[in-house]
This record gives sequence, C-alpha cells and structure tokens, in this order.
Amino acid sequence: MESLDGLLLARIQFAANITFHILFPAITIALAWALVGLRLAWLRTRRTEWLHAYLFWTKVFALSFALGVVSGVTMSFQFGTNWPGFMERAGNIAGPLLGFEVLTAFFLEATFLGIMLFGHNRVSERVHLLATVLVAFGTTMSAFWIIALNSWMQTPVGHTVIDGVFHVTSWLDVIFSPSMPYRLGHMLLASFLTAAFLMIGVSAWQLLRGKDNLATRPVLKAGLAAAAVLVPVQIVVGDLHGLNTLEHQPAKVAAMEALWTTQRGAPLVLFGWPDAATRSNLYTIEIPRGAAWILTHDPDGLLQGIDAFPDAHPPVAPVFWSFRVMVGTGVLMLCAAWLGAWQVWRQRRRPRLELPRWLLAGLAAMTFSGWVATVAGWYVSEIGRQPFLVQGALRTAEAASAVPPAQIAQTLAIYLIVYVLLIVAYISVLRYMAEKPIEDPGTSPAKRGARPVAAGAE
Amino acid sequence: MSSFDHALPVIFLGLMGFAMLMYVVLDGYDLGVGMWLPRATTGEKDVMVASIGPFWDANQTWLVLGVGILLIAFPVAQGVVLTALYLPVALMLVGLIMRGVAFDFRVKARDDHKPLWNRIFSAGSALAAAAQGWMLGRYITAFDDGAVAWSFALLIAVTLPASYLLLGACWLIMKTEGELQRKAVRWARLMFLPLVAGIGAISLATPIVSPIVRARWFTLPEFIALAPIPLTTLAALGALWLLLRRPERVLGASCWVPFALVVGVFILAATGLAYSLYPYVVLDRLTVWEAASSPAALKVILIGVAISVPAILGYTAYAYWVFRGKARALTYG
Repeated sequence: MESLDGLLLARIQFAANITFHILFPAITIALAWALVGLRLAWLRTRRTEWLHAYLFWTKVFALSFALGVVSGVTMSFQFGTNWPGFMERAGNIAGPLLGFEVLTAFFLEATFLGIMLFGHNRVSERVHLLATVLVAFGTTMSAFWIIALNSWMQTPVGHTVIDGVFHVTSWLDVIFSPSMPYRLGHMLLASFLTAAFLMIGVSAWQLLRGKDNLATRPVLKAGLAAAAVLVPVQIVVGDLHGLNTLEHQPAKVAAMEALWTTQRGAPLVLFGWPDAATRSNLYTIEIPRGAAWILTHDPDGLLQGIDAFPDAHPPVAPVFWSFRVMVGTGVLMLCAAWLGAWQVWRQRRRPRLELPRWLLAGLAAMTFSGWVATVAGWYVSEIGRQPFLVQGALRTAEAASAVPPAQIAQTLAIYLIVYVLLIVAYISVLRYMAEKPIEDPGTSPAKRGARPVAAGAE
Repeated sequence: MSSFDHALPVIFLGLMGFAMLMYVVLDGYDLGVGMWLPRATTGEKDVMVASIGPFWDANQTWLVLGVGILLIAFPVAQGVVLTALYLPVALMLVGLIMRGVAFDFRVKARDDHKPLWNRIFSAGSALAAAAQGWMLGRYITAFDDGAVAWSFALLIAVTLPASYLLLGACWLIMKTEGELQRKAVRWARLMFLPLVAGIGAISLATPIVSPIVRARWFTLPEFIALAPIPLTTLAALGALWLLLRRPERVLGASCWVPFALVVGVFILAATGLAYSLYPYVVLDRLTVWEAASSPAALKVILIGVAISVPAILGYTAYAYWVFRGKARALTYG
C-alpha cells in the first residue's frame, strides 16, 4: 500500500508541476509570434498604438516567460526525482529528444530574450527583430521536441525493447510517431487561442473599467479576428486528433466517452456520472448512436468499451469530465469569438468600436478560457494514457522512485503553496498592469537611453 | 566495444562537468548579486538587478543542460543521485522559482509590493545557493551517513554561497560604477577571508572523508603533478587580496580582474574535484561506464552537442558583447 501511496503522490506532484508549467508556455509560444506581428505592424505603419501594444504585451510576455522557465527547470529535475525508471528504461529515446530541446530551444530563447527585452538601445532594429523571431522560433522548437516525446509515449513506434530497455530503430519514426502531427497542431493552435483570448480578455477588461488606452481597441479587434478563424480550425484539428486516438489508443477514447461495454451503435453520453464500482453511467443524458456516428461515421459502427482492456484502461470519470470541460470551453470560445467578430464587422464603418457591456463582460470572463481548455485537454491525454507511461509498453508504477512517501508529501505541499501564490500574484499583477496608464515610451531611442540608471530596472 | 564507444561516456562526463561549471560560474554571480540586495539602497538594487537581467535566464539554462546530461547519458546514476538528493533538489528549485519570478514581479507589481519581491529575490538566491552547496557536499561524500559526512556537507553548504557572494561582488565591481562599485569592493573584502577559510577546510576535509580522494592526492608522482592546482589557486587568491586592499586599483580599467581571478579559482577547484572523482559518477559506487546509456543514443546526442554547443557559446558571447560595459537601466521598447 505504501508504494501505491508513493506512486499516487509522485503523480500528483508531477501533475501539479506540469499543470502549472503548461499555463505559461501556452501563452508564450503564440504571444512571441504575436509580438513579432505587433513589432512589424509598428515598423511598417509607424502608428503609435502598435508600439504601445508591443510594449505592453512584451511585459506580459516577460512575466509569463519567467514563470514558464522556473517551472520548466523544476520539471527537468522531476523527470529524474519522480520517475527514475523512465530514464533507465526509455532514456535512449527520451534523452536525446529532451537533450535536443535544451540545445536547440532553451538556450536560444533564453539568450535572445535578453536582447529582445532590453537590447533596443544597443542593437539595430533589424538585429532586434531577428532576436524576437529567434525567441519565437525557440519557443516553437521547444514545443516541437516535447510534443515529439509525449507523442512517442502515447503512440510508441520506431524502437525495439531489449532486456526491458528501449532502443531506437528509426529516429524518424520516433520523432514523427502516428499521433505527433495531430498533437503538435492541436497544441500550437491551443497556444494561439490561449494568447488570443488573453489579449481579448485584458482589452475587454480595460474597456469595462474605463482604463483603455490607444492599444486597447486594435488589440481587441486583432484578437477577435484571430480567434474567430482559429477556433473552428481547432475544432477540426481536435476531431482529427480524436480519430487518431481511436485508432491508436482506443482505451482512452472509451474513457472519454464513458463507454463501459463494447457495442455497435453506441450512444453519445452528453452528461452522466461514470461509476467505476458498477461500471456504468448514472443520471445520463444521451444521444442514441451518437458516439458511433461521430467516431466511426456510421450509426451502427462498432466501438470497443472499457471491458475490452482488462487491467489496462484509464480511470473513466476524470478523463470523461476533462474531455467535457475541454469541449464545453471550446464551444464557449467559439460563441464568444464569433459574437465579438460579428460586432466588429457590423461596426466596421464607425470611427470607434463600442461593444455592448454585456459582451465586454463576457469576453473579460473568458480571459483565461484558453488555460481551462488546454489543461483539460492535457488531462484527457495524460490520464487517458494510464496505467501506462509509455502506452502498452511501460507502466507508470514501474518507473516510480523509491523516495519515502513522506518526503514526496512534504515537497508536494511546498510546491502547491508556491504555485497557488504565484498564480494569484500573476493574475493580480496582470490586472494591475492592465489598469495602469501606459507611460509614453517616446519614439526616439536616444531619449530612452539617456534616462538615468537609478530610474528603475524596468 | 570499440574504443570510441568506450570513450563516449567519458566525453559525456566531461560535458556534464563543463555544463555544471558554466552554471556555477554564471548563475553563481547572479545568485551572489541576489544575496547582496538587502545591503543596497533602493536605487542600487535596480542597478544590481539590471546588471544581471539580460543574462540570468540563459545562465540558468546551463543547470538544465547539466542535469539533462545526467538524465540522458547516465540514466542509472541519475536515479541514485536524484533520489538521494530529493529534498535539497526540491528546496533549490523553490529557491530558483522565487528568484526567477521576483525578477519580473519586482518591476511589474505595485510599487508598495516591490520591497517584498526584493526580499523574495534575495531569499530565493540564498536558498538555491545553500541547497546547491549541500548537494555538492552530499555528492562528494557519496551520500554517506554519519556525523563526519554530514558536517562536511554543512561546510560546503556554507562555503558555496560564500563563494557566490564573492563572485557576485566582483561582478558588481566590473559592471557598476560610483558608490555601488566602492560598496562592492567592500563586500568582496568581507567575503574573502571566510571563503579562503572555507576552501582550506574543504581541502583538508576531503581526503579525510574520502579514502579514494586521499589515495589520489597523496601518492607520488601524482602529488607533484597535482601541485600546480593548489599553488595556482593560492596565487590567484593572493593577487585578489592585493587588489581588493587598494580599491583604487580595481575601480578603473582593471575592474574586470577580480572577477576573472575568482572565475579562475572556480575553474581550478572544479579541475581538482574532477581529478578526485574520475572515473566515478557516484564516488566508489558507479563508474561512467557502468552508468552510461547505450552508445547509439550517446552518438545521436553527441552530434547534436557538437553542432549546438559551439553555436550556444557563440551567441552567448554575442549577448555578453551586446550588454558589455557598465550596467544601464533596463528599458523595454
């Protein structure tokens, strides 16, 4: 029992850290590219609102990036402290992929971030823009490698197992495993939507509170336009990803749909309470043949249920609920983005965009909807892979560490306190920054360079 | 097994040592500057943070590379090492989290919260430095239990932060001017003797704690071949003391010399340590060859390393060149 407690605690600790971590890359991957766009808009039009937007969102980027970095460093250690068996068994595959992430992404983004944030007076506009592009490229490369590793863990190919240790037979197969293109596309789009709704939400908040500035409306419009196009794309990519999961990880899909028994013409359970004890759903609202129709595109299609995977299926309820939270949030995002975009289009001839207050309140409430959907989606993916660490090949329990459960519990408590405080601090500082009037940055670099040193390290 | 396959684990041990040394030197000055913050005025704090602001993130990445190589190249050893160091690793990470987020929060939060974030900045720096010292001490004693091994770890847990403080002070001598620079000279002088005492005590204690180290150090002719390491260290420390006693010598064009001397001492100490430990990844227990990944995996990473590490060193040098000279206020835009 003790080892089970240790395993559960190790999982909760890793889940807490990885949940906290993904919040920030989900913003910075896309926000980095958005900053490239804002900078280009300023350089091409020389309109002050784009410069203001660039400066404000650079601050948000720097703050989010710092939180992503520190939680990422924590994660690199927790691979070893929490899952020593993972590297011992799968190190020949996970090692090079993580190594390439450090070598091609972490150093690149970390080094050029300094020049991007603080290098304006010291390098030419061209070099600065290049630094910004390299930071954006670094964040995307980082996503590429970690998604490649995660996808291999979900749909492992390109290896053989000798004496319990994984050895690579084809790197191309390992990197581009069957679920990789779908997962990468789904995650990158998730990041763009997270950043878009953050920009929309903060701008809507500024308008609601009467704290709007030159940059508020252009950013709101650009964010709504991006979201209105990208949410439907994400829904299509997500559907393709789901079909790919059905092909390679049917147990995960059975849990997502709370499908306990293998059957033809399975219903789509919209809501219900999956009960593991009786292996059935209570209080259900179902669409007859819905799941069969969506997943096999045939109302009488055959779907495998949980009973087809004895001792090798994930817990149903958390996967089922996470999936509904993700899809539900996605639907809300679609409504919000289209409503907003429709209003913007209707007012396209007016000199000044005036959204109704109810819509602004709704958009502000959706500020962190990207976080909810992204985290819920990862819970579907990661809990849905259990009880395996590498699908079908390495069980999570086999990789756990021998650290005494008490130590894991103590450090878990510390991490949780730190993470909760940091999220509170992040959101309150974001709100404070959003309501603070933008200082006029001036347009000549020489003027900024002349500011005395002690004036502040911002 | 070909001779290249045999050499691969040694190459990766060297790379891991190089990454860890880069980390200790580069983030060492960041952590040192962070620990000095409480002694500075509000304006000086901003300059101090500005002097490390453009670099700290990349500096910290060397730690990720170091532990990454441990995970990747020595999967068997990482289980032993990270399980034994579970608690100090967690404390170090909490310290690094506090320090890292304080960088941004202290300038973005409300003005009346700034002192709190400054305190979190220094507390995080101190916690990370002490935890690293503790881990180094436990590692050198091969995680032995008993009063001797624990007091040795405690000794290093104090000495490593002290050396970071000296390094940080010398960084400030190099990167700042005026009253802050004079203060930094005083800080460096303050840390000099405790550090020398610490290094001396460790040099005496290491052969006592570890029989292997004793055997390595005190046999002929190795004893003579090794002599340049302590002798050069003493010379560097002596030169540093002479410079710090007369502040006017280091306030001008030669302001970089104290920093270079301390970096030299770090490199020498690392060389001595590497000589003492080789070829063990975990002293007395696991050699590099017992702990290493498959040659096939190591070759793949080595190709990546051979291409990317020179590029990393190149653009790191470029970043230092861009932010050369005395620290200026950091402004976005």
